[in-house]
Amino acid sequence: MNSVFTQEVPIAWYLLLSAVLFALGVVGFLIKRNLITVFMSIELMLNAVNLSFVTFAHQWHAVKGQIFVFFVMMVAAAEAAVGLAIIIAVFRARATLAVDRIDLMKL
Amino acid sequence: MHLILFIVFAGFCLTGAINLLLQTHPINSALSLIVVMTSLAVLYLLLGAEFLAAAQVIVYAGAIMVLFTFVVMLLNAGREERTMGSRTARSIGFPAVVAILGVIATILLRARGLGVASLQDGVTTTENLSRILFHELLLPFEVTSVLILIAILGAVALARQGDGEPPANQISYGRRERPGAK
Repeated sequence: MNSVFTQEVPIAWYLLLSAVLFALGVVGFLIKRNLITVFMSIELMLNAVNLSFVTFAHQWHAVKGQIFVFFVMMVAAAEAAVGLAIIIAVFRARATLAVDRIDLMKL
Repeated sequence: MHLILFIVFAGFCLTGAINLLLQTHPINSALSLIVVMTSLAVLYLLLGAEFLAAAQVIVYAGAIMVLFTFVVMLLNAGREERTMGSRTARSIGFPAVVAILGVIATILLRARGLGVASLQDGVTTTENLSRILFHELLLPFEVTSVLILIAILGAVALARQGDGEPPANQISYGRRERPGAK
């Protein structure tokens, strides 16, 4: 019973979880057909990378890794604000959120 | 204890992320993403990053996802129709994802020298974090605040109704006709 409470988790598992989350984000970016959910997939990828940063900061006892996550969060907040404003502007102009129908710049 | 917590919350993370892909309604995807982000906050806490766990809940699960759900409701985003997507995505995208994931997994599973994480490891306190943030990295911190300011101004400029445009309820989306022409 005591061994269950003192068991450790290999760092590689955290990194593997981060890689899988990133891959799921990429797959979501490719298969989702709604502009907002495509944007959510990007947020999922950012979060997966943040988990890697925190894990490596723990591994090497480096505080700067965590500060990098802090900066990524701030940039993600700015990106979400601008991105959602662009989505609103696109919806106002084209009345759709389906990415297949927003193809004005497609060759 | 660490192992149990890791398995439980990593499971939540993966379930939420897969649910995000499977749901067709954007609001359900947004709620799944909130589950992913809060479980990631617990994982940060397990890794000793207490400030980031709090910031993750407040900034990501709070502010950013509120913005997302707000936009989903504002635009009344309905069920998405699934199409096959582009040929490039199918022929290059998915093999690339599998290849990248395979390479990363192989490297990680064969890596030596990666340690273990346990509950006995020390936490990085907010004091440690702020000591570096406000001494060595003060300039990047201030530059980021300017970035946030510009982003807010840009968001307002993008989202507000243009002066020359007619109000949204008079725009006809289907046919292209000049406003005011009968």
